[in-house]
Amino acid sequence: MSLDILLQHLANGISQGSLYALIAIGYTMVYGILRLINFAHGEIFMMATYFAFFGIATFGMPWYVVFILAILLTGLLGMSAERVAYRPLRDAPKISILISAIGVSYLIQNLAIVLFSGRPKAFPQIEFFTRMFTVGNVRIQALTIVIPIVTAVLLAVLIYLINHTKNGIAMRAVAKDHETAKLMGIDVNKTIALTFGIGSMLAAVGGIMWGLKFPNILPTMGIMPGLKCFIAAVLGGIGSISGAVIGGFILGLGEILLVAFFQNLTGYRDAFAFVLLILILLFKPTGIMGEKISEKV
Amino acid sequence: MLKIKDLVVAYGGIEALKGISLEVNENKIITLVGANGAGKSTTLRSIVGLVKPKQGSIEFEGKNLLSIQTKDLVRMGITLVPEGRRVFANLTVLENLKLGAFYRKDEKEIKKDMDWVYELFPRLKERTWQTAGTLSGGEQQMLAIGRALMSKPKLLMMDEPSLGLAPIIVKELFEIIKGIHKQGVTILLIEQNANAALHIADQGYIMETGRITLTGTGRELLVNEDVKKAYLGESVHK
Ligand SMILES: Nc1ncnc2c1ncn2[C@@H]1O[C@H](COP(=O)(O)OP(=O)(O)OP(=O)(O)O)[C@@H](O)[C@H]1O
Ligand SMILES: [Mg+2]
Repeated sequence: MSLDILLQHLANGISQGSLYALIAIGYTMVYGILRLINFAHGEIFMMATYFAFFGIATFGMPWYVVFILAILLTGLLGMSAERVAYRPLRDAPKISILISAIGVSYLIQNLAIVLFSGRPKAFPQIEFFTRMFTVGNVRIQALTIVIPIVTAVLLAVLIYLINHTKNGIAMRAVAKDHETAKLMGIDVNKTIALTFGIGSMLAAVGGIMWGLKFPNILPTMGIMPGLKCFIAAVLGGIGSISGAVIGGFILGLGEILLVAFFQNLTGYRDAFAFVLLILILLFKPTGIMGEKISEKV
Repeated sequence: MLKIKDLVVAYGGIEALKGISLEVNENKIITLVGANGAGKSTTLRSIVGLVKPKQGSIEFEGKNLLSIQTKDLVRMGITLVPEGRRVFANLTVLENLKLGAFYRKDEKEIKKDMDWVYELFPRLKERTWQTAGTLSGGEQQMLAIGRALMSKPKLLMMDEPSLGLAPIIVKELFEIIKGIHKQGVTILLIEQNANAALHIADQGYIMETGRITLTGTGRELLVNEDVKKAYLGESVHK
């Protein structure tokens, strides 16, 4: 394999990893604050792609306006799911809220099939993203560069928000202890809603860029990325944001490079994530960044 | 300032509080003494709305607390240092203290209170950037109290603040509690260490399995024979 081709694969892997990271963050944030695996996260991601699709294809609005609207709408969708399906069950046994999440997942997916039809739609191709660049001997699509840049910027914003703003500190406090957070005067409901909003908006950005990269969109398109990004979050250590990012990149790069180096394994591309999941659960169940905080009683 | 009347709290079918009444007057130190499981923590948790009473009333400065959400109490000047410290282990000392002042906007005053807390607990100042989970048990207790003070409370409630502290630190802690009281903060204190608590209390309540069985000034209770036998075990022999 020549260096040029290797670089090309690396670029693809990084861009794929970025997409996984954006989605995995939503899993990890929600898990951190509610100890809930939000099975509907993949469907939220899928809906973002459709919102963007309709905005451009049906309403003919400029893409940058559509993207912003789609991101906001998806944030609202995530917050509504929490409000309607999770909040009323917050004091119920954990299994109830988990089942509710599975219910939301199927509900959204099937609603999408009914409303948007089960046949694939072609996500609009936008010049700005599809342009090809030639760097040396490597030909690369603008999107392949845009994806990691957007991801890096969003990550920086997220990390700032979580570490240095009042809402961010509140989020970390609620993640640790709902009751004591209330005693501090924190509005726990609002903070949880905000967490869902942010996680869903990041998934929306992922979904839109996914649509640009893989323009064949379907109501079931959320299932596989949803599962894989959940695995990425577990791999990195669920609850940890840096873990989700690392997990996303390992998965994205791993998949692409696996297929690049062992072409006869192409059919096993999706299996890679699951093999990783089994390995991590066997050897380090808390994930790469997963830590046990010793609590003094 | 705080008035509890005929409070009944049940967990499932079992009544943990069987109709207790107590009163906390402004600028006083009140203590609630009782054996394990008597219902002391339950009383405090009902005051802050973390458990919902079946019957009875809780009033603070004339307002019915039962209709107020936990998150809004701190704005009214009520703070609880919960049982078992409950510091945010994943946050730094500074962030924990800032959370105590979460609802406040008066940056200047917050800064002043921060200095006050650091003055009370110089150990915390040395450890501003340490995550709370890595503090020693005693330091966590200091942080929990400091965090509560950051809310500028009128009524500071403490659930066994001396638990797990070395005797010498306990002594220091009680001095600090007196110091806080001198700043005009009313204190409702729960203690296993009945002796120390009754010594600084203006008023004491003795609690037994969900009932208040005895009340009096700290001094009265200290010399009461029943109290001596049940809670001051050692001092009887002195
Ligand atoms: N969440 C709960 N569910 C069921 N029972 C509870 C619950 N919390 C407390 N209890 C019961 O209520 C009673 C009073 O408990 P509480 O925690 O108020 O006691 P306490 O006086 O604070 O005791 P300690 O000194 O050991 O802290 C106990 O019998 C306890 O088992
Ligand atoms: Mg207790």
